[in-house]
Amino acid sequence: MTTLNYINNGHGLASWLLTKDHKRIALLYLVSITAFFFLGGLFALMIRLELLTPAGDLMTAETYNKMFTMHGVVMVFFFLIPSIPAVLGNFLIPIMIGAKDLAFPRINLLSWYIYALGGLFTLFSALSGGVDTGWTFYTPYSTAAANSHVITAALGVFITGFSSILTGLNFIVTIHRMRAPGMTWFRLPLFVWSHYATSLIMILGTPVIAITVLLVAAERVLHMGIFDPALGGDPVLFQHMFWFYSHPAVYIMILPAMGVISEIVQAFARKNIFGYSFVAFSSLAIAIVGFFVWGHHIFVAGQSVYAGMIFSFLSFVVAIPSAIKVFNWTATIYRGSVSLDSPMLYAFGFIGLFTIGGLTGLFLAAMGLDIHVHDTYFIVAHFHYIMVGGAIMGYLGGMHYWWPKISGKLYSEGWAKLAAGMVFIGFNLTFFPQFLVGYLGMPRRYHMYPPEFQIFNVMSTAGATVLAAGYLLPMVYFTHSLFRGKPAPADPWGAKGLEWEIPSPPPTENFAISPIVTHGTHQYAPSKEVGVV
Amino acid sequence: MSEGYSDAPTVGLPGRVSIQGPGTPHDGDSHAHHPKLQHHFDDMEQQAEASTLGMWVFLVTEIMFFGGLFLAYAVYRSQYPTGFQEASAHLNVTLGAFNTAVLIFSSLTMAFAVRAAQTGEKPRSQIIWIVLTMILGATFLVVKYFEYKDKFTHHTVPGPSFVWDGQYPAAAEIFYSLYFCMTGLHALHMIIGLGIMTWLAIMAKKGTFNSTYYTPVEVSGLYWHFVDIVWIFLFPLLYLIGRHYHAG
Repeated sequence: MTTLNYINNGHGLASWLLTKDHKRIALLYLVSITAFFFLGGLFALMIRLELLTPAGDLMTAETYNKMFTMHGVVMVFFFLIPSIPAVLGNFLIPIMIGAKDLAFPRINLLSWYIYALGGLFTLFSALSGGVDTGWTFYTPYSTAAANSHVITAALGVFITGFSSILTGLNFIVTIHRMRAPGMTWFRLPLFVWSHYATSLIMILGTPVIAITVLLVAAERVLHMGIFDPALGGDPVLFQHMFWFYSHPAVYIMILPAMGVISEIVQAFARKNIFGYSFVAFSSLAIAIVGFFVWGHHIFVAGQSVYAGMIFSFLSFVVAIPSAIKVFNWTATIYRGSVSLDSPMLYAFGFIGLFTIGGLTGLFLAAMGLDIHVHDTYFIVAHFHYIMVGGAIMGYLGGMHYWWPKISGKLYSEGWAKLAAGMVFIGFNLTFFPQFLVGYLGMPRRYHMYPPEFQIFNVMSTAGATVLAAGYLLPMVYFTHSLFRGKPAPADPWGAKGLEWEIPSPPPTENFAISPIVTHGTHQYAPSKEVGVV
Repeated sequence: MSEGYSDAPTVGLPGRVSIQGPGTPHDGDSHAHHPKLQHHFDDMEQQAEASTLGMWVFLVTEIMFFGGLFLAYAVYRSQYPTGFQEASAHLNVTLGAFNTAVLIFSSLTMAFAVRAAQTGEKPRSQIIWIVLTMILGATFLVVKYFEYKDKFTHHTVPGPSFVWDGQYPAAAEIFYSLYFCMTGLHALHMIIGLGIMTWLAIMAKKGTFNSTYYTPVEVSGLYWHFVDIVWIFLFPLLYLIGRHYHAG
């Protein structure tokens, strides 16, 4: 009765832990990043509880410092960066290009083990007392002053960086060398284009953060002085090296989400993307220009005014390809035959929230205004609109869109719509007040604040509660669907693309016969029928 | 995209469409598979191209990895030009030059090892070139060991016990921090290279490599040449900038 697919083809723990199948490795990542997501969420919960009242009454300042540091480290390095690439990218890229697997299946499995090892280091650092430097590990505090577990946390970041490098390497070689006959570059799904751009950042940026945190660890262990001003070193050099990776890292988080949104918008507006090549090349433009904007994190750290002006200008420039995408999605939806299934709700949420996050980013790119809002909650609100409102919305949208393909089961659409609504409302209630309170002058990273800011913080904490419930719901109905869900057909959404032409869940080999591609994968309707006048 | 609607199938890889009629239960070559062909590749050419590109991409990441240290070097050398010269003058140029020659020579033997595998020479001659390369790599590391040992005896290792009787102790300590980080990371890459070559020698002994399958030797060669090139930059930047320095 049941046909052989990648899930039932082999049983037992070893068949999963030693698998070289990209689809199974994607599920290994799914389980581990979900665990880290809820761990990071737990730290966020502690932050929000402390900030419910103006007084520092729940925990000491030192504990609070550890809470926001662990929240940042876990969410950035162990959830957001691997999230879409390692789960959805791993699962879908070989299928979307008509290949049987990634180019290097063993390296793919190795990358998961490296990720797990880095995760263990970070968990050890959290459980043995935590680290309090902020996720940015700024020197000289992190090298000379901090009395917490900086070395294990830094090593965790260093190690897990290699899993990211190997994933990026695997994707680049796969997209170059494993495309099925006829799958030309301009027939690739936009999801693949955005992952190609992401992989470029992974391989070019991640080694730099690796050597940087290695130097921080070495400086602590060996008492070298590369970043220590007392020994002739320069702490601003650390900030340059750190942000050379960590600003592009934001694009590692957002570009894959943009790829997901490009797929969802076409499927649920039943139209081909408006301006395919513009959307494809804007991904590359974001990846390339994104490498030259890091200085906008250092406007007030002793960088020259001229350097500041150039970085400010380039930061405005990088907004252009992002805006191209937003306009093209909007033009795609325009006069489309839109159905409001749960993935599309997340896509709508993404477009709106990413627009707010992107536009407030322009506030910060302006040097004068940045001095006013630097290190305030305005910054916190801005990057949460990008990372949570953008990247996590995209991730959840993608999970809802491809869950029937991944699991072979249909989830409850009603519950999914409820969760999407809760996430959207909870998110805005959490983070919009932070724009206001930040603009009014509340600094980030303090465990107490003046009483006049309490109303904003109460709204934030209330919103975070709704948001947390909205994140827990998909856990419940996805898990429920595994046991009770109806079997999913090959193409439950009527969507286009190679992944929808094979059974749900796919067989281990992906394709019984290697496909020969004769047309672009996006062919929702002949263009004359939906021509925009 | 109008090109998306073309009716004629476009076939990217030459030699595939002819053998793949409808209903063919499998793809790839119609003759027997090469024993070293992994199941997810169509043919040996695709497999070799993927491995080579993978190594090149990896080497790009390595350039960025070392690049962080070269950046720090550039910043501090421009900040402390004379201090760096003073510190550099204490390095042993003779040993550095000897090691440079050793590594350049090891690149030659590595190139011969790749050639021996490519042209399908007997395992014995493949092994000779691999082992020669290993001996040269080990020579480099032994010399490096004595250089490091000298730093420990003269207390020019950065840290609390660092002692410098020149004019610029702070700059010298940063110089030696970078010296140990850069040469240490380079030495680590050498050690990994020796490990890879041990594995290559074992594979070669089994007669694995011939003119149809030599990619592991080729990509290991790429790695080894890269490690050599890093040293070609390290040697002048660390050893030679103090040549014209005269204390006082």
